[in-house]
Amino acid sequence: MKILDGKVPPGPIAEKWENYKSTIPLVAPNNKRRLDVIVIGTGLAGASAAASFGELGYNVKCFSFHDSPRRAHSIAAQGGINAAKNYQNDGDSVHRLFYDTIKGGDYRSREGNVHRLAEVSTNIIDQCVAQGVPFAREYGGLLENRSFGGVQVSRTFYARGQTGQQLLLGAYQALSRQIGLGTVDMYNRHEMMDIVMVDGKARGIIARNLLTGKLERHSAHCVVMATGGYGNVYYLSTNAMLCNVSAAWRAVRQGAYMANPCFTQIHPTCIPVSGDYQSKLTLMSESLRNDGRVWVPKRKEDAEAIRQGKKSPNDLKEEDRDYYLERRYPAFGNLVPRDVASRAAKVACDEGFGVNPTGLAVYLDFAAAIQRYGLSEANTQGNKNPDAETIRILGEAKVEELYGNLFEMYEKITGDNPYKTPMMIYPAIHYTMGGLWVDYNLETNIPGLFALGECNFSDHGANRLGASALMQGLADGYFVIPYTIGTFLSNDIRTSRFSADSEAFMAAEKAVDDRLKGLMNIKGNQSVETFHRKLGHIMWNYCGMARNAEGLEKARTLIRALREEFYKDVFIPGTDNDFNPELEKAYRVSDFLEMGEIMILDAYNRNESCGGHFREEYQSEEGEAQRNDDAYTYVAAWEWKDTSTEPVMHKEELKFENVELKTRSYK
Amino acid sequence: MKLTLHVWRQKAANDPGTFEKHNVEADEHMSFLEMLDVLNQTLIEQKKEPIAFEHDCREGICGACSMMINGRPHGPLNGTTACQLHMRHFKDGDQIWIEPFRAKAFKVVRDLVVDRSSFDRIIQAGGFISVNTGQAVDGNTIPIEKERSSSSMDAAACIGCGACVAACPNGSAMLFTAAKAAHLGILPQGEVEEDRRVLSMVTQMDKEGFGRCSNTYACEAECPKEISVTNIARLNRAYLKASLRSDL
Amino acid sequence: MNWITRFLTSSLGQKVIMSLTGIFLILFLVVHMTGNLQLLANDGGRSFNVYAEFMSENPFIRVISIGLYAFILLHAIQGIVLYLANRKAKGSTHSTGKVAGATWASKNMALLGILIFAFLCLHMGDFWFKMRFTDQLQMVTYDGHHTAVQDIYSRVSAAFQNVWIVIIYLVGVFALAIHLVHGFQSSFQSLGINHKKYTPTINAIGWIYTILITSGFAIMPLYFFLQ
Repeated sequence: MKILDGKVPPGPIAEKWENYKSTIPLVAPNNKRRLDVIVIGTGLAGASAAASFGELGYNVKCFSFHDSPRRAHSIAAQGGINAAKNYQNDGDSVHRLFYDTIKGGDYRSREGNVHRLAEVSTNIIDQCVAQGVPFAREYGGLLENRSFGGVQVSRTFYARGQTGQQLLLGAYQALSRQIGLGTVDMYNRHEMMDIVMVDGKARGIIARNLLTGKLERHSAHCVVMATGGYGNVYYLSTNAMLCNVSAAWRAVRQGAYMANPCFTQIHPTCIPVSGDYQSKLTLMSESLRNDGRVWVPKRKEDAEAIRQGKKSPNDLKEEDRDYYLERRYPAFGNLVPRDVASRAAKVACDEGFGVNPTGLAVYLDFAAAIQRYGLSEANTQGNKNPDAETIRILGEAKVEELYGNLFEMYEKITGDNPYKTPMMIYPAIHYTMGGLWVDYNLETNIPGLFALGECNFSDHGANRLGASALMQGLADGYFVIPYTIGTFLSNDIRTSRFSADSEAFMAAEKAVDDRLKGLMNIKGNQSVETFHRKLGHIMWNYCGMARNAEGLEKARTLIRALREEFYKDVFIPGTDNDFNPELEKAYRVSDFLEMGEIMILDAYNRNESCGGHFREEYQSEEGEAQRNDDAYTYVAAWEWKDTSTEPVMHKEELKFENVELKTRSYK
Repeated sequence: MKLTLHVWRQKAANDPGTFEKHNVEADEHMSFLEMLDVLNQTLIEQKKEPIAFEHDCREGICGACSMMINGRPHGPLNGTTACQLHMRHFKDGDQIWIEPFRAKAFKVVRDLVVDRSSFDRIIQAGGFISVNTGQAVDGNTIPIEKERSSSSMDAAACIGCGACVAACPNGSAMLFTAAKAAHLGILPQGEVEEDRRVLSMVTQMDKEGFGRCSNTYACEAECPKEISVTNIARLNRAYLKASLRSDL
Repeated sequence: MNWITRFLTSSLGQKVIMSLTGIFLILFLVVHMTGNLQLLANDGGRSFNVYAEFMSENPFIRVISIGLYAFILLHAIQGIVLYLANRKAKGSTHSTGKVAGATWASKNMALLGILIFAFLCLHMGDFWFKMRFTDQLQMVTYDGHHTAVQDIYSRVSAAFQNVWIVIIYLVGVFALAIHLVHGFQSSFQSLGINHKKYTPTINAIGWIYTILITSGFAIMPLYFFLQ
C-alpha cells in the first residue's frame, strides 16, 4: 500500500488556488504550437477543455464515440448549475458553497479541490452567458436562481429543464469554433481502446474507428480523459445507453488508480421501473422537490389498496398521508440531499408503503404548489377572492412554466397526468462520485494522463449535491486544466513529436486487436445485453442503495462467475473490422464486469456509512448513516493489474483544516 | 400486442437496401426503442445481425434517434422523439414501417443509422459566439429582456436530430440552421457577429447539399422540440440584411 | 465571389427572387382582373376593346409589360431550378407515409406552376398573340373614340362558347388559386416577414385575395358560356 499525495498547495484555503495559479509553470505560445494534446470525450468537461486548449494554441486531437460532440450525456442534465454568485442576496458565498459541497459529500472529498471549484463557479456562469447560454431571467433582465437539495440558499442557475443541454451546446459551439479554425482535429465515431505508455508516461492512444472497425494510433504529449462515469454498471440507470467505463478502465489497466469506486449516487426522483424489458430509467429533475411534496400513505391498508388499483392517491385525506421527509427532516424537508431522500424512499417502500404495483414507488405531489401559486397569481392579478377553479388554472399554469417539459416527459412515459394525480417516483442510479484518482492538478498517478469531470473522483466525496456535476465538468475544463496542464507540458517543450509507429504503439495496437478478436471468437450463445442485465442485477441487489458485508462477499463470487461465463458464452454477431455496435457493447460490458468487482471490494472495505455508500451494519437507531471518521477519512485508490491478481488499495489521507467533521444533520 | 414491422435494412451507403418483415410481441408500456431492443435480442439469439439504430439518452434530448416511423420522423406523436414514443400509441395488429431519415445530405451508414456530420459543419462555419475562455464579463452586466431570452431558448432547444430535414420534401436544413442563428442572434451577446454568422452558416448549408426551403412547414410540424418556422423567417431577414448592409 | 452573385445564387437569395417576382405577379393579377371585369360591362364590348387597345398601344404600359414577361419567365425558371435542386437534395425516398404539416399545395408548387404556365401559353396564344401579331381580329369603331380598335371582345365571347375552352380556363384558374393560397403567405415568409402579431392578418388577406381574384377570373368564361 502506498500513501498518495494529492499535491494540494500550501497556504490558507481561500488563497491556495490564486497563489498556485500564479506559480504554475507556463508554456510560451510558440511552444504550445509544438505540443499535442489528446482529449477523449466531448461532454462538458471534454468539450470545454478541448476548446480552451485550442484557444490557447495547443494542437488538439479530440475524440468522441458519438456521431457528433453534441450528443454527450451531459446534455441530459435538467435542473441547473450552481455558482456562488449571491445574486439573490441570501447569504451565499464561495465559502458557503465550499462548505455545502464538503458537507453534502459527507466529508470524503479533498478540501483544496472543492474550494477551487467553489471559487471558479462564478466564472463559469459569466463564461456561459457570454457564449450565449439562454439562462432563465427575471423581468428586470437579470439572471434567475432556484434552490436545490442540501442547501439553504438559491444559487442554481438554469435554462428551463434543459440546463445540461444548453451548457453543452455552449461548450460544443466553442469547440466547433476551434474545429473550424483548425486548432482542434475532431474524431467523431472514434472510441479510445487503450492508452499508450512511453517511458512510463501517457503519450497516445489506440482508437477504433467505429464505422470501419479500423484501429488507429494517435500520439501526443499528454492525454486528457473526460469520459464520464460508470453508472451503467448497474444496467438500469439514468445514464445514457452508451455511457461506459471503458476508457477509464483501460487507464486503470495501464496502472491508473480507481478512487472510491463504491461512491455511487442514487437519485431520489426517477420514474419507477415498469417492466423487465426496460432499458433505462428516466430522471425527473431534483428541482421538482422545490415544489413537490413527497409522501406515502400513513396506513398499510391504503398503500395496499392503491397498489391493487382499488384506491387513487387523491382519495386519501391530508391526515392519511405521511409526508415523511418533512416529518423526519423538518429543517430541509423535501430538499434534503439526494442520498438521504433516496434512502428514506427505500425505507418507506421496504416497510410496505410503496404505491405502484411493484411496491417500489412513492408520491411526489404538486397539489399544494398548484394551490399556492394559483392563489398568489390570482392576488397579483387583483383577484382577492378567487374560486377553486381559477386557483387551479392559474396554479397549473405557473407549475407548467416552471416544470412543463418535465411534466410532459412524465406523461409521455407513464401515460399519467401529473397535474391531476401525483407523480410516482423511485430512486435510481444516477451519478458516480468515484473515478480515476487525480491530484490537485487533475493528473492521475500516470504522468501525462489527466482526468476531468465525472471521470475523476475529486470533488463530490461520498455524495454529490444537485446542480454540481455541471459545475464541476465546466470548472475542470474551462478553468482548471488549462492552467494545471502546464505542470506537465512545461517539461516537455523540448520533447519532439512522438511517432505513432514506434514499438510501444504497435504493441498496444496489437494487444487491442487481439482482445477484440478474442471476444469475436468466443462465439457462444448469449447476447451481450443478457450479461449486462445479469451484472446489473448483482450490482443493484448487493452494491446498490444498501450494502452489507455478507451480500458483498456473495456479489464478488457472483460477478466472478458471471465474468467467466461471459468469456465462454457471449455471442457477438458481425465482424470486428466493420461497423458493429454489438462488439462495442461487448468490450464495454467486459470492462464493467471488472469495474463491478472493484466497486464491491471498495464497498466491502469501507466499514462505515457515508453519502451514497450505505452499509446496513453502520446506522443509527433512527436509520441514519454512521460515518467512522477515525478509520475512514481517506480516499481508497485501487490498483488493478489483471483478473488473476488481487487488487491493491492505496490511500490518500483526507485532511480537514477548514471545516469541522460533524454528523451530517438535515433535521 | 402483436405487431408486424417492416424495417429498412441497408448494409452500407452504396447498398440499395430493402424492407425486411419481422413480427414482434410488444408491451404497451415499452418505448419504441425498447420494442426494437426486444426484436434485436431475438435476432441475436437466432445469430442474425441486429438492426442498427442510433440511440443514446432515451430521454428525448441527445438527438441521436434518426428513424422514420410510418413515414414520419420520430413517429406519429407530435413533439416527441422516437425514444419517448411509447407503444401505447399503437394498436394490436398494427403494421409499422421503419426507415432511416432520408436526405441526400444524410447518407445511410447502416439500416437506420445515418451520417449527420453536415450539421456539425454548419455549426463549425459560424454557429457560435466568438469568445475565448476567461474573456467574459459578469453575467449580469448585460440585462436581457425575459421574453427575448425566452425566445432565444425556444430556438436553442433544437436537439440536432435532423427530423426537419427528413420531414422536408426538399431535404432542406433551414429549420436547423435558422434555430441556431436565432438562438445566438436574438441575444445581445450574439448580435455582434450576426452578419458574419448567417452568411457563413448559409453558405455551408448550401455546400452540404441540403435542399431549398419552400415554406411547407413540415419541419415545424415534425420537430420533436416544436421549433417554430418564425426562426426561418428570421434567418431570411438576417441573411437579406447581412447581404445588403454589411461589408462582408 | 461578388456579394451580389453570392446572394442571388444562395438558397436564400433564390427564395427572395421567387418571393419578389411572386409579389409582382400578385399585384399584376389585381390590375389584370379589374381591367378584364369590363368584359361584364354589357356595352357590346366597347369599354373592354378600348381598354385593350390602350393596354397594347400605350408606350409606358408596353415597357411595364416587357418587365412582366421577364418576371413571369424568371419566376418560372427559378422555380424549376429550385424544384430540380430540391429533388436532388431529397434523393431517393421510399417513404411509406405522410409527414404532418405540409399542405398539398406547398409540396406541389412546381406542378401547379407548370400547369399555370401551360395555361398561360394557351391563354396568350388565344388572345394576346392574335391581337398583337395577326390581322384575324375585326376592327370596330366607336362613336367618340378617335380610331378603330380590334374587336377582341367578340373573340373572347366566341371562345367562351366552347365548353372545352371554358373547362381549360376553369382548371387554369383553379390551379392558380391553389398556387396563390401557398404562394401569397410564402412570399412574405421568404422575405423574413413572420410575426405572431401580423402573420395571421397576412394569411387572412392572402385567402381573401385568392378568393376574390380567382373567382373574378372564373366568372368571365362562365358569364359568356351561360349567356
